[in-house]
Amino acid sequence: MKRLTLVLAALLLASPALAVPPAECQLAQHLLDHVFPLPHTARAIADKKLTVLVVGAGSSRLPGPKGPQVAYPARLKIALTELLPGVAVKVATDVTRHRTAAAMVKSMKAALAASKPALVIWQTGTVDAMQAVDPDQFSDTLEEGIVMARTAAADVILVNAQYSPRTESMIALGTYADDMRWVALQHEVPLFNRFEIMRAWADFGTFDFTSAKDKLAMAGRVHACIGWLLANLVTEAVKPGEPQTEGAR
Amino acid sequence: MVKALAPVSTERDLRLDLFRGLALWLIFLDHIPSNAVSWITIRNYGFSDATEIFVFISGYTAAFVYGRAMEQHGFIVAGARVLKRAWQIYVAHVFLFAVYLAEIAYVAHSFDNPLYTEEMGVLNFLANPDVTIIQALLLKFKPVNMDVLPLYIVLLAWFPPALWLLRRAPTTALIASMTFYALSLRFGWNIPAWPKGMWVFNPFAWQFLFVFGAWCALGGAQRIKPFVDSAVVRWLALAYLAFAFSIVMTWYFPYLATFVPKIVSDVIYPISKTNLDVLRILHFLSLAIITVWFVPRSWAGLKSKLFWPAIVCGQHSLETFCLGVFLSFAGHFVFTEVSNRLPMQVAISIAGIVIMVGAAALVSWYKNTERRGPRPPAAMPATAGGGAP
Repeated sequence: MKRLTLVLAALLLASPALAVPPAECQLAQHLLDHVFPLPHTARAIADKKLTVLVVGAGSSRLPGPKGPQVAYPARLKIALTELLPGVAVKVATDVTRHRTAAAMVKSMKAALAASKPALVIWQTGTVDAMQAVDPDQFSDTLEEGIVMARTAAADVILVNAQYSPRTESMIALGTYADDMRWVALQHEVPLFNRFEIMRAWADFGTFDFTSAKDKLAMAGRVHACIGWLLANLVTEAVKPGEPQTEGAR
Repeated sequence: MVKALAPVSTERDLRLDLFRGLALWLIFLDHIPSNAVSWITIRNYGFSDATEIFVFISGYTAAFVYGRAMEQHGFIVAGARVLKRAWQIYVAHVFLFAVYLAEIAYVAHSFDNPLYTEEMGVLNFLANPDVTIIQALLLKFKPVNMDVLPLYIVLLAWFPPALWLLRRAPTTALIASMTFYALSLRFGWNIPAWPKGMWVFNPFAWQFLFVFGAWCALGGAQRIKPFVDSAVVRWLALAYLAFAFSIVMTWYFPYLATFVPKIVSDVIYPISKTNLDVLRILHFLSLAIITVWFVPRSWAGLKSKLFWPAIVCGQHSLETFCLGVFLSFAGHFVFTEVSNRLPMQVAISIAGIVIMVGAAALVSWYKNTERRGPRPPAAMPATAGGGAP
């Protein structure tokens, strides 16, 4: 069992990623909102050098020694490299478990200065919901982080909580998901609706998040899809306005 | 007793039962986490949701039933009845909490998934069941979606003096309630929750809707009738509903958001449910105005078989509500343990409503039998249909 898991994980890593993305990822592609422009990112892509900073908490990583390689930040790098030929893609991470949005904002300035990203992908909401942070304060913190990233010449994509069927009756995500949506709309920031995307997978049986089988392999596939979809959101969002010279493969 | 406002009519307004029954169904659908069928519920098309309907109608019927008791038996007796009702609801809440604990203890023990290392932290509270249970008994620890009954308990606990004032000086009472609402928003009053945070439904804010419902029942509805029936108000209500609908659509289709001026979004967000945002009240009032326009009290459809299932649920609202909470736990359990594919979601949603209707019909039958029972019917107090709210 364990060996099979390892083999699967190795296969995932070895596969030259995602020239043609897995159908299971594409299923959720219509849920991507690429309405709002990402001007800094577009400029970086035009300059052939894109640095992305992923800021997140426990759901932006996977456990185990192979975790960092199979979690979505690493998959995002692979997918972006694939989708943006000729662009040097770097993905920096500032991911630590159990962090609220406020804790992330605290370390954001240093992380921004260290990696100088053109794009910040900010996953948050879960820990705030678990700790019942005051929703108004949560909104203010999101705004603060967005302004901070923009001041440092970076665009922002917000990533909301993941769909976790077993804890749904224990973590009241609703308010925090609403607040993220509203702040995203107010600041014209794309929201990567991870919750709805994963729910769509559950609705149609693409992934069974309650299954007890092959959990590690499934987690890797889920993160691979999230990485690919995030990359897709980026490349779609920079399309209008910026001439895409390297469209042809 | 001094001259008091009498309830407007002796016959119960079936519209109250109908819409409370519908609200109970919607609350059930909304309470099953990630239930695709909840797309049909009103919260997806405007600012307010079924909770507003439930609280308003509960205030209305509470004033109707206990207002009469206060008129006939005085403040003490009516107040005791209200508190007895609050106690019943407390017991129901504790029962539901026990069911909830059983469910999550089961769900938790088979839960270790590398995707969810973060979320698993929420199970820590199971490590100290003593503290958790005591905090639950104090109504400070409230599981997800178990916030309505504690709100109801607090509202009823305060209701005897509120009803007393409403009967003597309804306008004063309404203004006092409104002032209290405004002050709670201004100064951030709420009841603390455990382990952190505040009550999800701030009773200091939500009391306004309950008192407003009660005020309407005690003659207020007659007083604002010309206003509610005026064409201008109806069109304003329609316009507001259209506005709310278009804003809500931008949440699902962000490309529409580019049509919303920044000044509008800066003013409206965030729309707090905890503190019963003014936008939510206005949305509920608009819905109510349009509803009473299309569904007059004398509407023949209210007596038809088609609406009977909702009406019977609305007439036994506490039983139906509690059953709905229980069924939403059960539904979530089926989703996690059996399947949460779309067909299952539809099946669970329909089955839940059918069970609610069946149970309400049973309660109705039982109460009627009791009423006729071995004693002569005259021995029973003449209540205007249905149980207490």
